[in-house]
Amino acid sequence: MSLAALNISKHFGKTTALDNVSLEVKSGQLVALLGPSGSGKTTLLRIMAGLDFPDADCGARLLFHGRDVMDLPARKRKVGMVFQHYALFRNMNVFDNVAFGMTVAKRSERPSKAEMAARVEELLAKVHLSGYEGRMPHQLSGGQRQRVALARAVALRPEILLLDEPFGALDAKVRKELRKWLRAFQEEEKLTTVFVTHDQEEALELADEVVVMNNARVEQSGSPQEVYDHPASPFVIEFMGNVNLLLRGRKKPGTQPTSLYVRPHDIEICQYVSGHTLEARVLHVFSAGSVGRVTLEYLETGEMLEAEVPRSEVDAMKLTAGQLVGLRFRHTRVFAKKDQQRQELVEVPYQHPGDAPQAEPAS
Amino acid sequence: MHHPGVSYEGKSVSRAARDPLWSRVFLIAGALVFLGVLLVLPLATVFVEALRKGLGAALETFANPDARYAIWLTLLVAGISVPLNLVFGLAASWAVTKHDFRGKSLLLTLIDLPFSVSPVISGLFLILVFGVNGWFGPMLNSLGLQIIFAVPGIVLATVFITFPFVARELIPAMESMGREEEQAAVILGASGWQILRRVTLPNVRWALLYGVLLCNARAMGEFGAVSVVSGHIRGETNTVPLHVEILYNEYNFVAAFAMASVLAILALLTLVAKTMLEWRIQRLQQQVVLERTRHRDPALVGPQP
Repeated sequence: MSLAALNISKHFGKTTALDNVSLEVKSGQLVALLGPSGSGKTTLLRIMAGLDFPDADCGARLLFHGRDVMDLPARKRKVGMVFQHYALFRNMNVFDNVAFGMTVAKRSERPSKAEMAARVEELLAKVHLSGYEGRMPHQLSGGQRQRVALARAVALRPEILLLDEPFGALDAKVRKELRKWLRAFQEEEKLTTVFVTHDQEEALELADEVVVMNNARVEQSGSPQEVYDHPASPFVIEFMGNVNLLLRGRKKPGTQPTSLYVRPHDIEICQYVSGHTLEARVLHVFSAGSVGRVTLEYLETGEMLEAEVPRSEVDAMKLTAGQLVGLRFRHTRVFAKKDQQRQELVEVPYQHPGDAPQAEPAS
Repeated sequence: MHHPGVSYEGKSVSRAARDPLWSRVFLIAGALVFLGVLLVLPLATVFVEALRKGLGAALETFANPDARYAIWLTLLVAGISVPLNLVFGLAASWAVTKHDFRGKSLLLTLIDLPFSVSPVISGLFLILVFGVNGWFGPMLNSLGLQIIFAVPGIVLATVFITFPFVARELIPAMESMGREEEQAAVILGASGWQILRRVTLPNVRWALLYGVLLCNARAMGEFGAVSVVSGHIRGETNTVPLHVEILYNEYNFVAAFAMASVLAILALLTLVAKTMLEWRIQRLQQQVVLERTRHRDPALVGPQP
């Protein structure tokens, strides 16, 4: 079932939680809502679930398979949801938790006791918790609770699954294992899934499409690769992983100041300085691991850079602190203000020294 | 109450951190004397005075029809006002903790009003509203309904006085539960009634019972407000506390204290039940703490034994 949330605005008093946000999810896709806390991603998820409502006058629409469901109460939307802290019913055992949705259904739609038991058994097998029917939530570990919550959420066979920071409360190892498992589960059940996370690694690894949110707005959406390789704004670049920032032309009057972003693994270190490289000094080399992390000082401005190069190169060049090296940037993003008055940023081209006839436009 | 790490018997507390012996003895003795004079002694006096002329004389009190009526009336008033306040308290705490709305803090203040207003004032207020010369007096009179100096007035006064007890116990319990479980239930298709019955109530049942217990104790023991609206008509509008006062003023000490011991026994039973409930609630809370610590346990994915 496809899902579309269109023109969603939401204010809590004077704070803006969502500012005209639109989002479309194709049937069977897994979409990650990625952003820092307070960016509005959880509010958007709750609006889809029917636990929150958009502002009355924003013309918001919520379409499930083309049908507007905004006026349907949460209990009739037939979505599955997993809460950040799972929200298992603490007074019920695992069986009753998973069966809850079936037991509160209208008598005419309620499955028989035997059907219920069969469905619970099937679900618990899927989440690898067979034999745990009688356990109470407080007798389960975090990862087990998470899977009970998931089994409960899909017990009524929803076609849309909403997950709010599903791995937030788990430790790193469990999180990685559950991630793979969730992806397989989602594909098998053909669930259209939206999940909220603030972990960019999780979003990139799991999602078919990543929607980056910031300050109540969507900054960018696209496939993980698109978002990672072609970030649309400085915010997205910084949010998607480690990045170096070089500010240029700040002090020169008459020139347009720009911000140059380069990821550590896009910096190439050359043993000799030439017309095709930027000059830098090695400050520190950290090479315990498969990649060497090198801290550098860019001599022209004194700015610090972090580079990641293969161990073999670190060893071959015998990089040590104090050594002068040349740098080349394989891939950069440069942003400048559109004009002097406005704050809006546009991307400007960047040319590496020696690569083209004219000098760098910005400095 | 045990405080981990601050055990006075334990050797973990350094000598310097301890109070000197004389000060501990002084404080504990002071507290015991205080408790003895103000609590134990009066309570013991009630029973001693009641039995001064023997058990038979004390029991004779309950043969008196007015005394029996007072007990029956007290049970009736509690029997009406406790269920009413159970429903009101539940509705109020549900509204306050599970929903956001304008005027929420005003509602919270209003719930506490009976605690802060003197019971006599509450009684006078009821007379002002429902009395013969009150706002609704003429209308009620023409309908042939009497509220003040009759049982309905006593019930109204008791309901007003005991209103906060259930809500005050339930609000913190519901607050600590959060809203996520209810929201999960909504998404699974449960109706409001199903959520209340199957999710909310089971989680706050001990707090609810505790509130009902306190509410009941107060409903049976209330004097001030009931005294103002009752009119002290023997065999008609006298509850147990009022009857005690009348008997005492008539120098009928054995009967007065025998009636009073009924209330005292009720108080003691309430105390025992309350302690048991507190013990139970504490254990539940420990379980929650345990749950939170377990939360961080690494879980294994895959089939487990």
